[in-house]
Amino acid sequence: MTTANANAFAAKAGWRTRLADNERLLWPLMLAPAILYIVLLVGFPFLLSLFYSVSDITVGGRSMNFVGLENFHRVVASNTFWTALKNTLIFTIVSQFFVLFFANILAMALSADFRGKWLVRLLILLPWVAPISLGAIGWLWIYDSIYSVINWTGQALRILGPNDWPIWLGQPNLAMASIIVVQIWRIVPLATVILLAGLTSIPQDIHDAAAVDGAGFWRRTLQITFPLLLPITLVAVLFGIIFTFTDMIVVFLLTRGGPYDQTQVLATWAFFTGIQGGDLAGGAAVSLFLFPVLVAVAIVFLLLARRSEVT
Amino acid sequence: MTRRPFKLVRIARAGGHAGILVFFIIFLAFPFYWMLMTTFKTTIDLHDVSKNPFLFNEPPTLEHLAVLFQDTQYLQWLINTGAVGIAVVFITLVLAVPAGYALARMTGPWAQTLGIAIFLTYLVPPTILFIPFARIIATLGLQDSLWSLVLVYPSFTVPFCTWLLMGFFKAVPRDLEDAAMIDGLSRFGAFIKVVMPISVAGILTAVIFAFTLVTQEFVYGVTFITASSSYTVSVGVPTFLVRGDVYFWGSMMAACLIASLPIAIIYNFFVARFVAGFTMGAIK
Repeated sequence: MTTANANAFAAKAGWRTRLADNERLLWPLMLAPAILYIVLLVGFPFLLSLFYSVSDITVGGRSMNFVGLENFHRVVASNTFWTALKNTLIFTIVSQFFVLFFANILAMALSADFRGKWLVRLLILLPWVAPISLGAIGWLWIYDSIYSVINWTGQALRILGPNDWPIWLGQPNLAMASIIVVQIWRIVPLATVILLAGLTSIPQDIHDAAAVDGAGFWRRTLQITFPLLLPITLVAVLFGIIFTFTDMIVVFLLTRGGPYDQTQVLATWAFFTGIQGGDLAGGAAVSLFLFPVLVAVAIVFLLLARRSEVT
Repeated sequence: MTRRPFKLVRIARAGGHAGILVFFIIFLAFPFYWMLMTTFKTTIDLHDVSKNPFLFNEPPTLEHLAVLFQDTQYLQWLINTGAVGIAVVFITLVLAVPAGYALARMTGPWAQTLGIAIFLTYLVPPTILFIPFARIIATLGLQDSLWSLVLVYPSFTVPFCTWLLMGFFKAVPRDLEDAAMIDGLSRFGAFIKVVMPISVAGILTAVIFAFTLVTQEFVYGVTFITASSSYTVSVGVPTFLVRGDVYFWGSMMAACLIASLPIAIIYNFFVARFVAGFTMGAIK
């Protein structure tokens, strides 16, 4: 504090050049606007969200009283909450399992050189780079109950009988499977490019040396590629978990949580409760159940960063 | 004799490689191909189960595009998205460029921790914050105004771009600034006159990503905006065009395709830098 004051005092003469050279002052000044914005627009709403969850605030209501943990009791007592929690976990775990599996295969296929790679990469990246709400609308049409191209193709290939016409988004299990497919579709490109970046960072020498020593493809893949790829695989998985666990777009646009809340996830239920139902307090309480996973992922990120700093 | 199995293995391997790629191209790009087909098919052709859906059984039509641009506010949504994107990119650059540089050059044990802390705020999802934001926006009287989006979107573009720019600035050799400072520039002057000009490519990358993040955002848009004239593309198409039981699939798919493709192509040019910036620090 005193040094800062002394600096400010001494800076009176030609303060502009002094400031522009004094790194102890310059760095905080350059950082301050960004940090202030983030604190105001991420930190403050988050605290507000905590506060709402222990109040009885509604959209139209003027009063706001402290009600303790009543909202959480109410949420936990509801059947929909348990369905949504179960669905969120299934949605995340199943989709990320397949994402990891597919992205590994695809990244390895893309790491080889071949003609037309640029076009292939563009086509493969489309689901990630196009706005997801628009991609989801595309799937809504693919899954359409009256004219589904999947059903048509299934019948043409005789996989489906002539009178089989599955209603993809209308039957609980099929609807869950359908939204999981869309989430896999959306995340695979991101996971692939992250893994691809990791693959290309492994020096070719290591593979060559192993090949000279007589290690075959599988041995090299399992004992060299995978272990070296582990940290970046973890990064891909963490992003996938965050973008899936807290996502509401796919479910919101494809099923709206239906039929009968059977595909509801925490994020969509928070939206329907808080915004469409007007129960801000209840919605805030629901959305806070997303927070523990966020904290867990943040801790893993920090551990990863610290570990890599040591080595 | 010994050569033949070897050749077979090679053919099998190349075939397997192509097979994997074809499988993923079909899975990942099919919805966009389907959008393209739907855009130009007549409505009768679209719903005729007896005809092959992968072909044009009737001549292609521009009718759906005409409906989209004449009978909906699609053009307005495109303009809204562009306007919000430009405003957000501007705010983001003003905040993130200095912050990224400071983080890149700061020394000390907490410099890296601070950088990671800022990045982690990018991971705080809209689904946790949209409820308090809905109230804040209402209190400020900004519902149905694009300004609400301009205010809120930097909450995720700033952390993201700060992190990205930090990486680009770190790649600029310190010697360049030191030389400039010996020539009489201040530290800040060296940043403006030396570092910024040679980081143009990095800053452009940040611009592209801030802009695409804005075009993709859905949750805040659907929470704050209920007036159709203020929708952005990613909110307008699903909320306005999917209403009731009548779906204008042709026009909707056209709307999705027109908004997706240009973004996808631009993004593709920058994706390598994006991945480098995105994962940096977490692995290196």
